[in-house]
Amino acid sequence: MVSRTTDDYEKLALAGCAAICEPAFWAGFDRSSPQGFYDYYRQLTDYEPKRAAKFGIPHFCWLCINPKEAEDAGFAREVMAILPEFLAKPTVLGIGEIGLNKNTRNELAIFEEHVQIALDHDLPVLIHTPHLEDKLKGTRLILDALASFSQLDRGKVIIDHVEEHTAGLVLDQGYWAGMTLYPESKCTPNRAIDILELFGTERLWLNSACDWGVSDPLAVVKCGLEMRKRKYSAEHIEHVLFENPKAFLSQSRNFKL
Amino acid sequence: MLTKQELLDLQFIGARASLIDLAAFLDRVERHEGPDDYRFEALKKALPILLSNQPGRAKAALEALSDETHEPIERATFQGAFGAPHRFDF
Repeated sequence: MVSRTTDDYEKLALAGCAAICEPAFWAGFDRSSPQGFYDYYRQLTDYEPKRAAKFGIPHFCWLCINPKEAEDAGFAREVMAILPEFLAKPTVLGIGEIGLNKNTRNELAIFEEHVQIALDHDLPVLIHTPHLEDKLKGTRLILDALASFSQLDRGKVIIDHVEEHTAGLVLDQGYWAGMTLYPESKCTPNRAIDILELFGTERLWLNSACDWGVSDPLAVVKCGLEMRKRKYSAEHIEHVLFENPKAFLSQSRNFKL
Repeated sequence: MLTKQELLDLQFIGARASLIDLAAFLDRVERHEGPDDYRFEALKKALPILLSNQPGRAKAALEALSDETHEPIERATFQGAFGAPHRFDF
């Protein structure tokens, strides 16, 4: 929500949003110093919860250095050294969104180091998969890397931005899968509903892209409308759009509604 | 869930519009001057997938527009993605 206006909080409140879970991500440009991340983490853990609270919405966040800024591994490690101070904050859910962007060796190394931080602190993990032509390869690399963490509870890991060609790969290995909805360019509400029809509703959730690009914080709500048009019951919609994310997020000690 | 008839009633006009929009995009690109482009060729190469009578067309189209290599690359020279891999000969 750091990229959104306060009007979006109002819209979310009017739509009945029960909680906001914001991942640490790219600012639209590379930050020039670890201190820039320090301030970003302050924004995520201090300012945004207060901004959301004015509209009666609990605000939670995930922390990490996102994969777009992980190519400089030395820089990334300086940023990761800041993380423990903020992981103790009361609205932090876990580590995320870590993952890959261009599927490089450095991105992969920083991804694995983030997973180890999550294990060390017993935290859930939110994983970003690359976009467009890089998604399939990146998802496979992420799954291969995760397989080497024998202590990892796969039920506490959600691999996000799945589409038709990656949802099965993720679910078959016991992880949660997230579908991120966009107004253009990537997964639409109707395709997300198709994926639910193909793969079932177990360990799947939907979220709204809500960043610096063309995106819509109400995308999940609009998907609920599409589900109603496709004659899904209110109970089924509630299960997918609310109960599933609640079940996953409740594994975080800080998540409370 | 909807019946096939109900789904068509609900979404056929939208799908028709998407088809014509894609056709117009192909015409538009070919009408303009410039060198061949791997993205355009990749898109045209994926179009026959739509004519298949088998399910899984969306998955197959996504796979056709994906980087199918397996090893991580040495370093990123840019951050974005373009929608098709650089692997098409034309």
